[in-house]
Amino acid sequence: MSQIPPIFKREFLSYFRSPVAYVFLIVFLMASVGCAFFLGGFFNANIASLESYFTFLPWLFIAFIPAAGMRLWSEEKRAGTIELLFTLPVTTLEAVLGKFLAAWAFLCLAILLSFPMALTVAYLGAPDWGVIGSSYLGGMLMAGAYLGICSLTSAFTKNQVISFVISVFVCFLLVLVGWSVFTDFLGGYLALPAWLVDVVSNFSFKTHFEAFAKGIIDPKDVMFFLSLAGFCLCLNVLALER
Amino acid sequence: MIEVKGLVKDYGALRAVDGVSFTVRRGDILGFLGPNGAGKSTTMKVITGFLRPTAGCALVGGHDVTAEPVAVKRLVGYLPENAPAYPEMTVEEFLGFVAETRGFRTAAQKQPRLDRVIGLCHLGPVRRQSIETLSKGYKQRVGLAQALLHDPPVLVLDEPTDGLDPNQKHEVRNLIKQMAAEKTVILSTHILEEVEAICTRMIIISRGKVVVDDTPEGLRARHAGARLDEIFRTLTQTDQ
Repeated sequence: MSQIPPIFKREFLSYFRSPVAYVFLIVFLMASVGCAFFLGGFFNANIASLESYFTFLPWLFIAFIPAAGMRLWSEEKRAGTIELLFTLPVTTLEAVLGKFLAAWAFLCLAILLSFPMALTVAYLGAPDWGVIGSSYLGGMLMAGAYLGICSLTSAFTKNQVISFVISVFVCFLLVLVGWSVFTDFLGGYLALPAWLVDVVSNFSFKTHFEAFAKGIIDPKDVMFFLSLAGFCLCLNVLALER
Repeated sequence: MIEVKGLVKDYGALRAVDGVSFTVRRGDILGFLGPNGAGKSTTMKVITGFLRPTAGCALVGGHDVTAEPVAVKRLVGYLPENAPAYPEMTVEEFLGFVAETRGFRTAAQKQPRLDRVIGLCHLGPVRRQSIETLSKGYKQRVGLAQALLHDPPVLVLDEPTDGLDPNQKHEVRNLIKQMAAEKTVILSTHILEEVEAICTRMIIISRGKVVVDDTPEGLRARHAGARLDEIFRTLTQTDQ
């Protein structure tokens, strides 16, 4: 595991060595804060909370996290640098973890840069810092799970567009199955038994994230995100070693 | 130092390398020759631990590449074909990254290594330039610098003089010759004069099989009067 730091460092800085980081951070902040203001009614709600900011994260992540993660392995394959990387004395697991953690750190930075929102509600009222803290934690864990999927899909192709489209599709499915409109459809229109609907919605990012947004840190939800990311990364290692 | 035994590599239904065996000792400069698609690069990719062999094995410094890939990778400096490098990094950042993965983590360990290879490969003028802006010749030398960085006992160079002008070719050949005494070098090339100029041994490979394993002098002695390129053509023309 000693080879993770140089790989992490190179990967993390690579976002900032090209315009990718700046474009991503600016557009992500505009979109996420814009949703809170214009769709979530951040001011009109008249409540000192960031709920309207976090509600939209699972939806925004569908597009933004594949955009940040699609390059992880596709770019290495396209540029041929994968041959360089895997003839340096690193194991596949170290390379996968180093790159994943770097992209995750970058995404956490993007999420945490919404801190002026938190300062604003603190200035205007008395927010519940516990809820804000758990929401940020949940957002970052959820980003890790999305990113695991994106890292895996990008290991299968040297084409970033294919990697992006497949990641978006998988992430969208995993949000959709927990969306109330969809579960109502399953339970009402298709008349599936409630336990089956619960099983299906349990695979959703949204279901597990909602607890964090309410201020509940349930180990089950933490484990869901971490194990999903871990599972994807294991497959990622296998996909690269085949 | 390098021992390849009965190496086979399939890409799907295509057999790229078909039972290649050879050994390379310290002090040898082995020239790897063959038409395009003969299996030169594939063999090198197996020796450096990038590809897993379908059958057979390769040993570097006594380590099996499949069983102990990281130990092999520590011993080998590898210049892949077309010298891939991260385009957004500067030459110094890139070599710094390679140095860190090679175990030179602190600035005091790293800087002398960087300065040495930047000097050897004449990268001084472009050390702070990003790799995507470099000419083919400079890129190729960045790849070479990266392979030499940890002063490895084994060098595997896939077309090291590709894209260089005649003066640079001459210089790179001299560099390889100078280092060869205490190293084991394998280099692939299309250029026959290169083999005559620096290699102490040559292997001609055609359709994944070794057809010649000899010294350049020995090969010419066996085909008296013929030029090397004529011998090459007769031995490999089954490919067309």
